[in-house]
Amino acid sequence: MAPEQPDLLAVAVRIAEMAGPAEQVEAYVARGTSTSVKAYGGEVESLTQAASAGVGVRVIVDHREGFAYAGTLDESAVLEALTEARDNAQFGEPDEFNALAEPDGTAAANLDLWPAGLEHVPTADKVAMALELERAATSRDERVRSVRVAMFADARGEGAVATSTGIRAWGRAGNCHLAVQALAVRNGETQIAAGLSVGREVGDLSVDEAADDAILRATRLLGATKPATQRITLVLEPRMTATILGLVGGMLNGGAVLKGRSPFAGRVGELIASPLLTFVDDPTDPRSLGAEIHDGEGLACRRNELVVKGVLQGFLQNSYTGRRSGTASTGSAQRGISSTPGVGAGALAVAPGVGTHDEVLGAIEHGLFVTSMAGLHSGVNPVSGDFSVGVEGLMVKGGELAEPIREATIASTLQRLLLDISAVGADLEWLPDGSGGVTLVVPDVALSGT
Amino acid sequence: MIDHDIIRQTLSIALRTGGDFAEIFVEDKASSNALFDDGKVENLSSGRDRGAGIRVIVGETTGFAHTADLSAAGLAEAAGAAGAAALSGGGGVQEIALTRQHAPRPNEIELLPEEVAKAHKVALLRRANDAARGAGGSITQVTARYGDSRRRILVANSDGLLTEDDQVRTLFTVMAVASGDTGMQTGYQSMGRTIGFELFDRFDVEDLAREAAERALLKLAARPAPSGTMPVVMGPGGGGVLFHEACGHGLEADLVAKGASVFAGRVGERVADPRITLVDDGTMAEEWGALAIDDEGSLGSRNVLIEDGILTDYMWDLLRSRQEGRPRSGNGRRQSYKHLPMVRMTNTYVLAGPDDPAQIVADTPSGVYVAHLGGGQVNTATGDFVFGMTEAYLIEDGKITEPIREGNLIGNGPAVLSTIDAVGHDFAMGSPGMCGKDGQGVPVGDGIPTMRVPALTIGGTA
Repeated sequence: MAPEQPDLLAVAVRIAEMAGPAEQVEAYVARGTSTSVKAYGGEVESLTQAASAGVGVRVIVDHREGFAYAGTLDESAVLEALTEARDNAQFGEPDEFNALAEPDGTAAANLDLWPAGLEHVPTADKVAMALELERAATSRDERVRSVRVAMFADARGEGAVATSTGIRAWGRAGNCHLAVQALAVRNGETQIAAGLSVGREVGDLSVDEAADDAILRATRLLGATKPATQRITLVLEPRMTATILGLVGGMLNGGAVLKGRSPFAGRVGELIASPLLTFVDDPTDPRSLGAEIHDGEGLACRRNELVVKGVLQGFLQNSYTGRRSGTASTGSAQRGISSTPGVGAGALAVAPGVGTHDEVLGAIEHGLFVTSMAGLHSGVNPVSGDFSVGVEGLMVKGGELAEPIREATIASTLQRLLLDISAVGADLEWLPDGSGGVTLVVPDVALSGT
Repeated sequence: MIDHDIIRQTLSIALRTGGDFAEIFVEDKASSNALFDDGKVENLSSGRDRGAGIRVIVGETTGFAHTADLSAAGLAEAAGAAGAAALSGGGGVQEIALTRQHAPRPNEIELLPEEVAKAHKVALLRRANDAARGAGGSITQVTARYGDSRRRILVANSDGLLTEDDQVRTLFTVMAVASGDTGMQTGYQSMGRTIGFELFDRFDVEDLAREAAERALLKLAARPAPSGTMPVVMGPGGGGVLFHEACGHGLEADLVAKGASVFAGRVGERVADPRITLVDDGTMAEEWGALAIDDEGSLGSRNVLIEDGILTDYMWDLLRSRQEGRPRSGNGRRQSYKHLPMVRMTNTYVLAGPDDPAQIVADTPSGVYVAHLGGGQVNTATGDFVFGMTEAYLIEDGKITEPIREGNLIGNGPAVLSTIDAVGHDFAMGSPGMCGKDGQGVPVGDGIPTMRVPALTIGGTA
């Protein structure tokens, strides 16, 4: 095994073993390294090399929970975090379901998520890729002569969880990406759009893919105008679909259900979406950049079907919400070092439907192809389901992409959007955040413009 | 926070590879948060983040490295990494003389968070919960959060600057859920200041909780928001985020320099109605974006960005002001020692205007009145921006009438600025905000008087 393993897990175990007879102690220890190179104007604008580490300690005593973290693995800071977490536990109120996770017998998936080659890539090569990306993005179309930034970035990290209840978990993963924000200019008008290429190893990345994607996205918006207010058929490109289903995934959080904040509470077994829609959270799928072996409490990640043919199958749970709801953890605890474990999806993806992107689009007589959404944090309410976001995109006429539009909004509720889906494409695309989307069609949505 | 000899030595190491400029930013941040949810105190958590970020600038290139190891050896290693990243050939040994610069703080702190018993912090939460639930039987869930942070920073650079700040912030938020025949609705309210626990001598958490609860209850009966373009009146304080998005980001010099702002090249031009004067002010005492120094050691300052409708200046950080050979404006900020600074807003607000707020509404035959806004987002290249309305009403025949459901509004910054046709003589600061840019969040404040935009697009369904 890798040489890092004993170190980090040993740190976590040592803290967990400091638990007194009447208390439970959990240590989540993580460390990582990252590089980011930004190119601009043919030069390196910035080069950042960073290493960071930290520990989060959770203590449960008499069913009261306390937490503390430190952004370092220094011995004194680690011990201070344990002391603070113990002190903090006196102020939490008792909850009979408060307890740490315990080994549940689910075996960890055998996944290799470590980009072994990445650590041997010289910094000079990373710099060269960022510079080449800027060059590519600004030399292929006369309307695109500058970028806001062209970037190479990578991150590699490992994490360990140990508890006084017997959890021992360690994992590591890494990835890298190229990203460019291209500026397209014509007649005094400027449009900006991003192109991306992501992968685990540098060899998975494509400068051409990122550059061409940014150029296409920025240039096709030139001349965009505000559309008329109307009800319209939306064609969501895969990344828009993934974004919207990510919001839905948040509403299928067992914590939100228990606390009366999910409109899907009590609806397991019911049709909550079009029968065309199936979506699954499966962090054990190595195609997802969100793939992980263990969740934030050290339980094995697993495949969780959330909606199958439109029918709600269940909710995502961590050990607290699982215990309190009378089910069990689904291995869906999500956290960083600075917080207690929440609940969330790691690799939410839509099951591919029927038809290529062109085939799905070709069937639309009049619609709006949505390529970006703005204001998701201000216009989407995960409790009520109210959904209202700014959009850019292209009109669809007679099955073809037509003129660009901007400064418009689309509005509905997430519940309504799910039920109204009329086509699900087969063009599964994995996205940088670990989710997977397909082209999706939703008819009769309010488009607000002039 | 750290020995001055070590600072000098670290800066010298950073410049060994030939850098033009080196800087060390040291941060020691302690925070505590308490969460009340679902009828009980869920937990109290505390955190400590301490480290240094070192950057070296050579020509147009910045090298950056950070470390949580504040020993001489740890800093030397980070300085070497930052210098190597900005490699330009041999630079030799450079002696740096540091001159301590005093930075006057916008306000004093009366009660440091670490001097307040945890039990007192936690006790506020239950009071808020009880007040919110007492607002009506339809309130079915309440979440209350208390948070404080004390962030001590030191900035020293090869120009000889040595300066420090001690930033204390305290925040309290309440979210209430109301349930009825139409489903669930939420109401959110927050208060935050760059002060200590004395925040709670000035504001009552119970009032705050009731406001959150009443907002949720109000929306149970709200109608779907209209769709299409119509006049929008923004209440005092409630709409500051509009300016933050409509033009604030577009006036950040880094975006301007790259042609990614619709306001590039427009200094001296009329960009807004003459009633509009827009200020960004880091020295505004106690406000959420207040600071003595920015995260590059520049003194916080009050900068007029738009004066009587004329664009007067952008906001600047060290890098952009060096390139342009002009003074900094105290807008170089970063989320933590792990991040490079960039141009950011502090407290951004529009000064009160000449018009009677009541008359502004009365003169609006039909439209929307926005009493409270959520966050927003802008595409600085096109100027198109959205912001969320979390409490809004219809205006019918010059009167504020029925509440409408939440949603986004969309507009274009330059178009909105130049068409504002009424600015009230009232003024209020809005809620504390967290502004995100390129993955970094920093605390910001905003404020406006009542004002009217004749045409904004409401993202509703009706």
